[in-house]
Amino acid sequence: MDRETSRRAFLRAAATGLGLGAVITVAPAHATPEAMEDAIRKIVGSSRVSKGRVKLELPPLSENGNTVPLTVSVESPMTPADHVRAIHVFTELNPQPEVVSFRFGPRAGQARVSTRIRLATTQTVTAVGELSDGSFWSASAAVVVTLAACLEDA
Amino acid sequence: MSSALVNVPPRARRGEVIEIKTLISHPMETGYRRNQLGARIPRDIIRLFVCTYNGTEVFRAELHPAIAANPFLVFSTVATESGTIAFQWTGDNGLSATESAAIVVD
Repeated sequence: MDRETSRRAFLRAAATGLGLGAVITVAPAHATPEAMEDAIRKIVGSSRVSKGRVKLELPPLSENGNTVPLTVSVESPMTPADHVRAIHVFTELNPQPEVVSFRFGPRAGQARVSTRIRLATTQTVTAVGELSDGSFWSASAAVVVTLAACLEDA
Repeated sequence: MSSALVNVPPRARRGEVIEIKTLISHPMETGYRRNQLGARIPRDIIRLFVCTYNGTEVFRAELHPAIAANPFLVFSTVATESGTIAFQWTGDNGLSATESAAIVVD
């Protein structure tokens, strides 16, 4: 009796899983490099994004995609006339491209932040710095992830 | 529910750039994971962190599900005057947590 119900529960769960699997194949479970481009475009508008000025520090190889240390900085005097307004971080292949946006003012002293991020797979991370003169700068870093983050059960 | 830890230097010279570290315990459930029955686990994340120095905002971070559990942030500010540095985290399911630290500037 008990065995019967557990079998039924298992079959039901399996069927649900299959149904959801079919949904996943219709809509990809991760973003694409194009989605990242779109997300960056949404922040920068029609401005040009140049390479440089932003320094993005990530380990080249990460054993655990659930917590990858990230440090991002932009060299700037941080005066009211010339400071970094924001730094945005994006990924190519996570379920959604946005990771975090940091916002500063001259009171921040320096535009340098550290945090820990999740990476679903081996991919390139891009940081975009927004300066008070309206210019945008970017840097990218490739990370190899051996244990992917967060798409399975904990 | 969530407990926060902040590290602010207790004393600083005027004009010095000080480093602030914050850590809050929170699962940062992404909303993309599924349980054993294949049902989606609803998203539960901290969306916003704001740091104010005597009432003036000096730093803010908008977080997305790609931030690791127990969000950890290290950032800086200029020690301008003695007073209070306050921190606020807000997020899904009505989450709102605050913490503060006193600083003496001489």
